[in-house]
Amino acid sequence: MTQTQQQPVLRVIDLQVTYYTDSGRVRALDGASFTLNPVEKMGLVGESGSGKSTMALAMMRMIKPPGRIEGGKVIVDDVDLTQLSDSDMRKARLSRISYIPQGAMNSLNPVLRIEAQMRDAIKAHVPEMSGSEVQQRIGEALESVDLNRNVARMYPHELSGGMKQRVCIAIGILLKPKLIIADEPTSALDVVTQRQVMETLDRVQKQLGAAIILIGHDMGLMAQFVDKVAVMYAGRLTEISTVKQMFTTPMHPYAIALIDSLPTLENKGVFKGIPGLAPALLRLPPGCAFHPRCPFAMDICRTEVPALEEKAGRLVSCHLYDKNGNRVHQPGEAVLQR
Amino acid sequence: MAPLIEFRNVTKTYTKGLLSRTATTALDDVSLQLDEAHPTIMTVAGESGSGKTTLAMLLLGFIPPSTGTILYKGKDISRMSNEERVTFRKEVQAVFQDPFAVFNPFYTVDHLLSVPIEKFKLAKSKGEARNQMEEALNAVGLRPEDILGRFPHQLSGGQRQRINVARALLLKPKLIVADEPVSMVDASLRATILESLRKLNRDYGISIIYITHDLTTAFHVANSIIVLYRGSVMEAGNVDRVIKEPQHPYTRLLIDSIPWPDLNRKWGQTEIIAREQVYGQVERGCKFTSRCPFVMDKCRQAPPPLYKINEDRVATCYLYDQQPTIAREKLSEMLPV
Amino acid sequence: MSATITSPAAGAPAVPAPFQQPPRRVLVARYLRRNKSLGVGIAIVIFLTLFTIIGSVTIDTAKKAYPLAVKTKQPPSAQFPLGTDWYGRDLLAAMVRGLWQTAVIGFLAGAAATALGVVLGFISAYYGGAVDKTITGICQVLQPIPPFLIQVIIAGSIDKRSVTIYTMALIVFLLSWMGPTLVIRAQVLSMKERMFVNVAKLSGMTNLEIIFKELLPNLLPFIAASFVSAVFGAIFASFGLSVLGLGPMREPLIGNIIYYSLQQSAFFNGWWWWPLWPMLTLILIFSALTLINIGMDEIANPRVRRTE
Repeated sequence: MTQTQQQPVLRVIDLQVTYYTDSGRVRALDGASFTLNPVEKMGLVGESGSGKSTMALAMMRMIKPPGRIEGGKVIVDDVDLTQLSDSDMRKARLSRISYIPQGAMNSLNPVLRIEAQMRDAIKAHVPEMSGSEVQQRIGEALESVDLNRNVARMYPHELSGGMKQRVCIAIGILLKPKLIIADEPTSALDVVTQRQVMETLDRVQKQLGAAIILIGHDMGLMAQFVDKVAVMYAGRLTEISTVKQMFTTPMHPYAIALIDSLPTLENKGVFKGIPGLAPALLRLPPGCAFHPRCPFAMDICRTEVPALEEKAGRLVSCHLYDKNGNRVHQPGEAVLQR
Repeated sequence: MAPLIEFRNVTKTYTKGLLSRTATTALDDVSLQLDEAHPTIMTVAGESGSGKTTLAMLLLGFIPPSTGTILYKGKDISRMSNEERVTFRKEVQAVFQDPFAVFNPFYTVDHLLSVPIEKFKLAKSKGEARNQMEEALNAVGLRPEDILGRFPHQLSGGQRQRINVARALLLKPKLIVADEPVSMVDASLRATILESLRKLNRDYGISIIYITHDLTTAFHVANSIIVLYRGSVMEAGNVDRVIKEPQHPYTRLLIDSIPWPDLNRKWGQTEIIAREQVYGQVERGCKFTSRCPFVMDKCRQAPPPLYKINEDRVATCYLYDQQPTIAREKLSEMLPV
Repeated sequence: MSATITSPAAGAPAVPAPFQQPPRRVLVARYLRRNKSLGVGIAIVIFLTLFTIIGSVTIDTAKKAYPLAVKTKQPPSAQFPLGTDWYGRDLLAAMVRGLWQTAVIGFLAGAAATALGVVLGFISAYYGGAVDKTITGICQVLQPIPPFLIQVIIAGSIDKRSVTIYTMALIVFLLSWMGPTLVIRAQVLSMKERMFVNVAKLSGMTNLEIIFKELLPNLLPFIAASFVSAVFGAIFASFGLSVLGLGPMREPLIGNIIYYSLQQSAFFNGWWWWPLWPMLTLILIFSALTLINIGMDEIANPRVRRTE
């Protein structure tokens, strides 16, 4: 990890979330740890069910029963969110750390004007703010996302998809948080609108000096937008690299396969999927969860879960690499047993 | 021989309410055709509001055109006899976008495959039907023992979508309309599904109309492309060239806004102008005028005709008014197969 | 991670034993234990059902539930566990029989209302057009009329002697079919736009086949819920009518027993047991309905669920 003089704005240490379902216990998040510096953008990628949204919800302490945060810390600007009381956490939400959920634009209340909804958001977290200041914040937020101030008086159905999503971003930055988590903010949008929204997010982030975690599964979007990429698989972080490292020299076999499978303009007609299926979290294989699909799997992979360690300038959890980041063996070597 | 499927000057408009005069044109005088002798994969690309979903619904006969005709093997589909209709239904199939919504949650996934076998009398016995189902599942890379007898919610999105492709395969249609078949599937599984579609075209001679907004997948799967914007054709031609060297300003904007997973190809080459669409305006000219960085006066007067850029490319843009024009009806002649 | 460490067999990848789901019964029992409302509600219904069934089989209700069968005005004792009333009814027999009849009215009226609702709702929603507008129009006009009012008028104008439990069921049914119709129509309207209906059309199914084979099975839970609520609604409607003395007077319906006990000022005369049992029964039925509703709410709305 790059060392910076600044204090990291976010430190997640060993976060664990378990769901207690009728069919058994599910480890949705198994010891996630990472840090984020101010004005840094991190992408969190993984397949559906890999734990990305769970991570976001856990950081916001919005995990509902039958799920529970089993352990770990989420430290934003020296405040450990996991230790806060419920009412303090409420204040922290939206003002320290804000979350733009997936499908947010479809969750706008259809019968309230935009400004009423934004006012609600502020009141829910900082009830003591004066009416005039609330109005001012609303106007500022809308302008930051490049929307006309009179959008505040409109209803959601009068806005296009891109505009609604930008309203959601505006709601997310009302209280000038230090950390913004955007969960698939552009998944339902067209390519051109998507670009607009992402450029807006970029600008907003620079204005606020905040850090952003972008959750998604579109690696292309990550390449365009983030500084570093974290790849999740079956509830664990497999690799966290800078965006350059991830796209040129990925280390974890899952990340390698992911980058390999990306369609580019060069190799027409060459389709490279990742064989096999992601495991159901109820039935995780022992050891490293990826070993059944891994071309480099070794004996130790079947029994021991690899730890997330720093190797070759990034964090990776894989037995394949020794302390210096060199591969212990190549795929196809005799050492393999499948 | 009559072409397999033909759109002749098809327009579809939706009016609001009984007496209202505001009408939205979903599709504006679009003509295209596919030949049975040259099975091909054609992409219809566009963003939301472009008319591509309307096109899909028209192709499948779910909605009637407002003007113009749709012909299947030379017969107008709104005037087919019952027998011809049954053949049409059998030979034109679809793969839809949402892998979950196509399943009736009450039944196992077998139901999706067994109903068409039964209705179109593809098998004479239960055993034969079962064989056909297994064969189709194998052809798309699924193991029948993992799939048959399960409920849709027990399977992953990628599996479900492959079952949809298997269903299309079962019926050995002549044409498959694939409406955003991979947009709701995880990125890592898209490759396998697209490969199955290509296999259907290559090995079984099935023509595919691949409708999408994702030009990267279109590039990999299709031979030719038609780019739609608000119901009109903006550009069309060989898919490689259109995507690598877009000529129409709209296509350029589209290609430039694609988030390429390539650090050397970042956004920002073209500027996005007039961010918000001003809807509801009746436009006499080119549909793209309000957002076009190259807009000229004549663009607002009348919509540009199809200009032939080279032997497999057309664009409807006055920037190319030095080039020869082609009648709209002849669009498909410019498309490679 | 709750992973089991298995030593891999040579050459074979280690695969954990397939996860065994506990049998259905256990899962259901676990769920009921957690969802106390539903559990208790169902328990009450089972208790009442057993009470009626066992009672009908063991006691001669045909005779003892009617006047002048036994000694009058007896408090509860070993011979008459629930006591007897002014008219000489063995209250135990009366309760058993009355509960049975109440249930019959409820089921008949409820089933008829639901059945009609299903038929009309489907036709209306699927075919649309003028048919839809007619049916919906009639429902919307009749529904806001307070059914009780009409039922009282009808019941009051019929000759007392021709009111039987079946006519009561009819009266109740006549004014309660509109609700299920509108509600089922709404469900079908939304369901017929779903993609699997389009796919069914593509697969060659006819409209009727789509209605019966694709749409109806999906609506079964919904229809079941409508049915339950229709039955309870009918029970309460019949109770209301009989308390006012508008039901079949001879029968020992729960409402009738209360009616008579009021007529004879049972409480003030010291015959406390007479109105007590019907009131208790009514409270039980009411509670069961409420609890089941709360319990069903949890099933329908997973966000309300709690952990084990």
